[in-house]
Parts: sequence; structure tokens; C-alpha cells
Amino acid sequence: MTRVALRAGQVLGLPVVLVLVWWYASVTSQNYYLPTPGVIASTFGHVWTADRLTTDALPSVVRLLTGFALAGVLGVALGVPIGSSPRLRALTEPVLEFFRAIPPPVLVPVLILFAGIDGTMKVAVIVSGCVWPILLNTVEGVRAVDPVLADTCRSYGIRGTTRLRTLVLRSASPQIMAGLRQALSIAIILMVISEMFAASSGLGFTIVQFQRSFAIPEMWTGIVLLGLLGFALAMLFGVVERRVLSWYHGLRRTARGSD
Amino acid sequence: MTTVTAPTTPAGPATAPAVAGPAATPAARRREVPGVALGVLGVLAFLAVWEVVPRAGLVRATYLPPASEVLRTLAREAGRAGFWTAMGDTVVAWALGLAIAFGAAVVLGFVVGAVPVLRDFTASTVEFLRPIPSVALIPLAALLFATDIRSTLLLVVYAAFWQVYVQVLYGVVDVDPVAEDTARSYGLSRWSRVRHVTWPTALPYVLTGLRLGAAVALILAVTAELVIGSPGLGQEIAVAESSGATSVVYALVIATGALGVAVNVVVRLAERRLLRWHPSVRGEVAA
Repeated sequence: MTRVALRAGQVLGLPVVLVLVWWYASVTSQNYYLPTPGVIASTFGHVWTADRLTTDALPSVVRLLTGFALAGVLGVALGVPIGSSPRLRALTEPVLEFFRAIPPPVLVPVLILFAGIDGTMKVAVIVSGCVWPILLNTVEGVRAVDPVLADTCRSYGIRGTTRLRTLVLRSASPQIMAGLRQALSIAIILMVISEMFAASSGLGFTIVQFQRSFAIPEMWTGIVLLGLLGFALAMLFGVVERRVLSWYHGLRRTARGSD
Repeated sequence: MTTVTAPTTPAGPATAPAVAGPAATPAARRREVPGVALGVLGVLAFLAVWEVVPRAGLVRATYLPPASEVLRTLAREAGRAGFWTAMGDTVVAWALGLAIAFGAAVVLGFVVGAVPVLRDFTASTVEFLRPIPSVALIPLAALLFATDIRSTLLLVVYAAFWQVYVQVLYGVVDVDPVAEDTARSYGLSRWSRVRHVTWPTALPYVLTGLRLGAAVALILAVTAELVIGSPGLGQEIAVAESSGATSVVYALVIATGALGVAVNVVVRLAERRLLRWHPSVRGEVAA
């Protein structure tokens, strides 16, 4: 029982203290920009009604997930051949490294030129920003396939899709997941700023509208909503990653235990 | 996963010969030269495609100017003082933000990592705050600091801090208990133990955090300039875009890309230099 209480204290203690500190600070300071958590919480219900969530937040999230999924497919599909062929890798590596080094947000103005400011542009922005970490990590992962396993596969005559599925993608999956994790945080950044930079709807657009019209509590609810979205996506990704990489974590634990 | 696997790479003895190997054997060196040539060929081919596509009318030249025109614009930009001021602003915001985030994260990470009670009580808060995208803070930064450099710094520090902090925590926890006990038995003071046991253990993690943080810091620096309009390359891009100067947009994108490459190279060099001792020390321990 005391153990449960201690655990609850550990999990909730600091957040509660922080909220109280915020509350105290916002009540005493009378700072216009700093509403109390209570005001933000009550405004949240008014602002993010089911109606607004479906018209503004949902399309944003759908674009985010579409772009992320497309980037994942594209990155892995291109990464496998590039990773398997040293020649192709040497040919493409400098160009790819340069593309990865470009901070993805600068692609927003470039893609506006091509695709205007509609939904296609935003998905294109997300794909073109997210694909590089996935692609380059896939290349690294495919390149680092254990040669003993590769030889074993060859001896057993395993090739084609079976080889791809059981050897190449499996060995590269920890790296691919690392790339996907980086890409996910880039995707959120790009979703928000493509809407802030040029849009007529969406989560980023709405929040900037609140800020420009000095609707301060409403703006804060937007910040909270984006925070919750980031948190939820990270949690979801964690669950998927644990499932996909359970074999790998098990392997590492065993390797560590035998040290 | 980078967070878990990457730090072990510099430390793993198995990778040390692999890094030194290819350059050492003559056969590999023969293979390496065509590699560079192929890379150059790849870049040239890319530029050629970029040149041909708009010239052949596949894409309108107002959307995608040919490579030669963009490179000429880039050369012209490089002769303009405003370009270098913007570059300087971006670099200063990046470096300052990264330095603040790095300093705070290393100090806090060492303190929290060393005290289990603090670690237990802060874990839930860290897990909640870390995934919050720092672009969520854009409206707040715009209100509080407008187009001041502090807008950029707020975003950069928030984003880079977590990258470094989490790595430092991993590193501090990773200390070999035998080494720690040995240091204790020999009567090393708390400070000496941090200096000679914890710090070397955590250093590869700290540098991984620095590498991840440096890339993220540049992304957020450019984002703030682009969206809020604080001075720097991002703002120049936004201005060029709204005035329809397409080839300037592309030239500036290439310039930010070059900055990104420079950041990667500098951080990697620093990492390699600071960890040069690491595999050799591991080797001695194993022998």
C-alpha cells in the first residue's frame, strides 16, 4: 500500500507542484500573457469543441499521418537498394547527406511554389522533410546486416522476398525505427509550420490566429493541444516500437546479462 | 533507438577496428578512391538533371530555376553583406541556444542522474514535457519577444535541451558499478568520482546528445526565423518567397543546407577527437 502511494507520489508529485507554482505565479503577477491553469482548462472546453476538432485538428493529424506513412514507405523502398549496393551508395551518398542537412522547414516556401497552399503542399512538405532520416537510417541498417547471417541465407538458398523480409528488413529494423522516430518529430514540426506559414485552416493556422488577435487563453489551449498531440504520438510510437523490436530488446538484454 | 544504440557505437570495441580498418588495408583504399569519384559523379548528375528539367519545360522555370541560375544567384548573394549578416544571425542564435541548452542539460542531468530520488520524482514530468513539439511555443515566443533573437533562443533551447538531457541521464546511469565501488574503496571524494568515473562513462552519451541537439537546434533556429521573422537566413527566405524571387529562395535553401553540413561535420569531428581515448582505454581494460 505504501509502495503504491510512493509510486503515485513519484508520478504525480512534481506535476502537481508545477501546476500549483504556475497557478500562484499567474494569480499574483497579473501578467496578461499568463492566464491561470483554471482559465486555460475552462477555455479549452469552449474552444476545442467536437466541431472545431473535426474541421481544424483532424485534417491536420490526417495530413501528418499520411505524410509520415508515405515518407516511411518511400524511405525504406529507396533505402534497401541503396544500402545493398556499395556502388549506388557511393553515387548517391553526398547528395542524400546534403538533403538531410537542409533544415526541413525551409522546404515549406519552396513547395508552396509548386503546390500552392492546399493540403497536397502540406503532405508534400511533410514527406520531403521526413524521408531523409528514414532513408539514410535504412541505408545504414541494410549495410550493417550481419555477414554471417547473410552467408547463412545464401547457403540455405533464401532469396527474394523471403530474404528481404526475414534478413534485410529484420536486421535493419532497429535503425529504421530510429529513423522513423526522428522523422515523427520532424513531421509534427512541419505540420504546424506549414499551417502557420500559409494556410486557411488547420491546427497551426488556428493557433496563430488566436495569437494575432491576442486571444491569450485560447492561444494557450492551442499550445496545450499541440503538446498533448506530441505526447500521444510519442506514446503510440513507443508502443509500436516495443512490439516491432521486442526480439531486439530481448537480444540486447541477453547480451548484457552474459557480459 | 538512436538514444540507446548510438552511444554504444563509439564505446564498442568491435567498431573500433572497423573504423580504422578500411583506410588501413591497401585493397580497401583502392576501393575508396572510386567511391569519392562516384560521389562527385552523383552530385554532377543531380545538378545536370536539375539543369535539364526546367530547361526542357518539364517544370516551369518560375517554379524551379535551372541549377546554373540558382548557383549564379548564390554567388551573387555571397557578395552581399546582408547575406552574411543573416548567416551570422542564424549561427549566433544556433550556437547560443545550443550552448545554453547543453550547459543546463549537462548540469541538471548529472545532478538528477546521480540522485535516485530526484530521478524517480522527475521521470514522469520529463516524459511528458519531452515529446511536446517546441513549435507549439511559437505563438508564445512571438507574443513575448516578437522578432527578437530571444524568440529563436526560446525554441532552440527547449528543443535542444531534451535531446542532451535524456542522453546525459542514460550516460550517468550507465556507470560500471565495479568501477564506482573501486573508486569508493580507494577513498576518492565525491567530486573525484564524478570527474574520473562518471564523466568518462557519460561522455559518449553527452556527445551523442550534442550531435542530436545540434541538428535539432538548427532546424528550430531556421523555423523561428521563417515563421516569427526573427533575423537570420530563415527570414531572408520568407522575404524572398513573398517577393517572388524564386532563384533567391533556392540559393538560400542551398546556403542553409551548407550550414547544416558544416554543423554536422564540426560536431562529428569534435566527437571523434574527444572520444579518441575511449576505445583504447576499453582495449587496455580488456587485455
